[in-house]
Amino acid sequence: MSDATLSFEEAMEKYDPVLGFEVHVELNTKTKMFSSAPNVFGDEPNTNVNEVDLGMPGVLPVVNRTAIESSIKIGLALNCKIAETCRFARKNYFYPDTPKNFQTSQYDEPIAYDGYLDIELSDGTMFRVEIERAHMEEDAGKLTHMGGATGRIQGADYSLVDYNRSGVPLVEIVTKPIEGAGSRAPELAKAYVAAVREIVKNLGVSDAKMERGNVRCDANVSLRPHGRERFGIRSETKNVNSLRAVEHAVHYEIRRHAAVLDSGEPVIQETRHWHEDTRSTTSGRPKSDADDYRYFPEPDLVPIVASREWVEELRATLPEPPAARRKRLQAHWGYSDLEFRDVVNAGVMDEIEETIAAGATATVARKWWMGEIVGRAKIADVDPGQLGVAPATIVELNTMVEDGKINNKMATEVLDGVLAGEGTPAEIVAKRGLAVVSDDGPLLEAIDAALAAQPGVADKIRGGKLQAIGAIVGGVMKATRGQADAGRVRELILERLGVEG
Amino acid sequence: MTENNELIRSSAATLAGKLAAREVSAVEVTQAHLDRIAAVDGKVHAFLHVNTDEALAVAAEVDAIRAAGGPAAQELHALAGVPIAVKDLIVTVGQPTTAGSKILEGWHSPYDATVVKRLRAAKMPILGKTNLDEFAMGSSTEHSAFGPTHNPWDLDRIPGGSGGGSAAAVAAFEAPLALGTDTGGSIRQPGAVTGTVGVKPTYGGVSRYGAIAMASSLDQIGPVSRTVLDSALLHQVIGGHDPHDSTSLPDPLEDLVAAASIGNVHGMRIGIIKELHGEGYQTGVENRFNESLELLKSAGAEIVEVSCPNFKYALGAYYLIMPSEASSNLAKFDGVRYGLRVLPEDGPMTIERVMGATRAAGFGDEVKRRIILGTYALSAGYYDAYYGSAQKVRTLIQRDFDAAFAKADVLISPTAPTTAFKLGEKLNDPLAMYLNDVATIPANMAGVPGLSLPGGLADEDGLPVGVQLLAPARQDARLYRVGAVLESLLEAQWGGPLLDRAPSLTEPSPGTPSLADPALNDTVASHGGSH
Repeated sequence: MSDATLSFEEAMEKYDPVLGFEVHVELNTKTKMFSSAPNVFGDEPNTNVNEVDLGMPGVLPVVNRTAIESSIKIGLALNCKIAETCRFARKNYFYPDTPKNFQTSQYDEPIAYDGYLDIELSDGTMFRVEIERAHMEEDAGKLTHMGGATGRIQGADYSLVDYNRSGVPLVEIVTKPIEGAGSRAPELAKAYVAAVREIVKNLGVSDAKMERGNVRCDANVSLRPHGRERFGIRSETKNVNSLRAVEHAVHYEIRRHAAVLDSGEPVIQETRHWHEDTRSTTSGRPKSDADDYRYFPEPDLVPIVASREWVEELRATLPEPPAARRKRLQAHWGYSDLEFRDVVNAGVMDEIEETIAAGATATVARKWWMGEIVGRAKIADVDPGQLGVAPATIVELNTMVEDGKINNKMATEVLDGVLAGEGTPAEIVAKRGLAVVSDDGPLLEAIDAALAAQPGVADKIRGGKLQAIGAIVGGVMKATRGQADAGRVRELILERLGVEG
Repeated sequence: MTENNELIRSSAATLAGKLAAREVSAVEVTQAHLDRIAAVDGKVHAFLHVNTDEALAVAAEVDAIRAAGGPAAQELHALAGVPIAVKDLIVTVGQPTTAGSKILEGWHSPYDATVVKRLRAAKMPILGKTNLDEFAMGSSTEHSAFGPTHNPWDLDRIPGGSGGGSAAAVAAFEAPLALGTDTGGSIRQPGAVTGTVGVKPTYGGVSRYGAIAMASSLDQIGPVSRTVLDSALLHQVIGGHDPHDSTSLPDPLEDLVAAASIGNVHGMRIGIIKELHGEGYQTGVENRFNESLELLKSAGAEIVEVSCPNFKYALGAYYLIMPSEASSNLAKFDGVRYGLRVLPEDGPMTIERVMGATRAAGFGDEVKRRIILGTYALSAGYYDAYYGSAQKVRTLIQRDFDAAFAKADVLISPTAPTTAFKLGEKLNDPLAMYLNDVATIPANMAGVPGLSLPGGLADEDGLPVGVQLLAPARQDARLYRVGAVLESLLEAQWGGPLLDRAPSLTEPSPGTPSLADPALNDTVASHGGSH
């Protein structure tokens, strides 16, 4: 059953959106939040666990000092105040992904609070998002529900539990209600999550891979008629796990809420599940503010004391803020304002930086990412960084072109081969028999044939109309099935006709 | 009867001396206690599991090291080869750990508690696991899912609780030492009613890692013994910082054995807590308590009176904080990962219903009562009134202690208001049961250390009375100093240890019905099953 929606334009005409985000960041500490078990992604299920992660009788938690440092760094990067002392609390609820049947989290004493983040939109507009708090907690295990139609616990025949993720340190960043974004709301949503991801990646505190769930976003959306102060009833779309999905989910929820409000029905306060395939949400469980988690201070842990000296020491280790970094990179790369903004908006700044670090020039890196990869990512409907192009691949392709082994047209063909999983560029060139014809003999044969076929053009060139040479080059390329080096062909034509280039 | 009377009646300190001098082997000592368990535990039921093979293997290892001599023999711990019993709330590799509950029946821990690791490092043979009220919730061991323990002084009476198994094992000469846990008096009150010594250390003084939590902010592991010196010796084995317990104190352990050997209390100020004697305390308890005061005064201590007006709220606040924490700590027992799993008999097979059926079948009534209380006290809208207010009371109790310790070096009170009551007597009256802990709870609420030692027998029933000493946090040494002096003064008066007057348990005593009588066992069992 799909919900009714209005068009985005009509929704915007009638209503004013208010947003809110909860972004969960998995920290990349060596060990877990409260145990010495390794914090490693993707291993055999239930191997990175010890008695603490399994909630065995008698166990006690011990706080990971590095996780506290990472949390303070995140707080500082979000311009937050850092609490001098704060405590963990227990959030009590029965669910099999939580081995103790409570989650150790922070409740009324977050380690960081009252911050902000300035977000740059695609046209250069700056938008300030206020940060309510950033608090520490532990991740839950991963449940896989087997059998049943929905993949949810209801109706499943049985469920598999992997506690490797149980106890992985998380920082949850919560915004204050974001007002005034108007029709820029979906774009702002994407830009905000991208900014948070950029910050935690720069800090080195998270692997920041959204596809692995290192950064997960819950997006809150509500609408109110223009001019009204009171917020509408919100929905919370859970686990929106790519930047594009964040944008689409907010876009969709605005359209859905508008239709509900137009019909005169109240919006239901509930969680929504995001579906990438249909780009829509479906109803999850109703969520009321009266959910009773029976929070109380965690008696097994002593308060975290963040001395001012410690906080200042950590502040001194922070990398340059993203805005400063952008300025530096743009100057360093020599891109125009427009070129640089396009790069940022396409979400490939990090990728270009990595490609340059791998040995490409700034121009080459931009040419490949903006000219080839972004377009392919759009078609594949993924973020460009997730398409599967490694910086080294680009450097290898470019080196082949510069060495004259292949031409640009072949290089794009090789790129498609790489994306199709056919191997490395060198392997694909060999397999497909792609190589620029560099022996002049066959080229001269083809040139003579092309000149003979278009005698009028040959005359024009002899007469000094050098721009006409394209027709002859084209004929040669066609005859060699694109395997000639166009530059060399041009040289040989001029030579043949006795014209100075 | 093969039991070796001299060995089983020796203190741990005496056994340690004989072992070091090679007058006796660790295997002989351990076997003597295993024989005693075989002879009397059918009546006492102090043990839920007897660890014969491992205990003898550890003892044999100690003997081999001693026989080989050299540095390894020199480095043996003073208590190496001295056997010990462990309360079945503390997890052990190689033996089941039940917490006295059906929900953990048959469960084996994959890891050792820190205190157990320390016993193993000292090469103390572990005799087995002792009985307790389910999840340490009770003052009589009648709430054990595996039947009650009987008081060696009178098998029809309770041995106290929750650590009735550890106290009874030591009182019945089945073990010279035992480990207990004390959340509201579970070491001290059983000590009082069985004529033994029990110590609740300063909160954080002994690692809680591996003690199945009831109330995390109140629980503490401590020693159970027959003499004050023995408790000091054991306390030094198990105490000290543990990186696995965040609430463990970083302080280096004081020399408690030295404190127990000082031998005088001259000039020490000993404070009687006005609110913890008099009305509500049995006459025989009050009389023995007053005699102890006279003895301390005669030894040169100054007796002062202190008032702790907020102690009257301690019991009420305790019964909010303890169940609140317990309701959360016991949530993990759900049938998903370990222990009992019960499937609902009919209706849909959902995870919620499996958890519900497991907990309904696996927990006893007292555990359920406390989970319900705690869940209610933490609920939105009630939290401030209940849990919040109780935490304020806790602060007031700490202030009362601060004020009292400004006037006195050590405080003194009866440990429990009465001597051991009859099995079944208070089983259907939870509030009467809770009142047993009225004098012991304040120490847990404030985190201060407490020691109970035998104060004599009550005139009216001839049963043991306990005297409690309390000291400021991290001043456990004072308890051992005063406790050892009072113990020697009392024993001089009695002409020997109080436990010399306890029934032998191996000779049929005229007029006392034998627990070996199957009909009586049935009665006891039906008591056990009725709650």
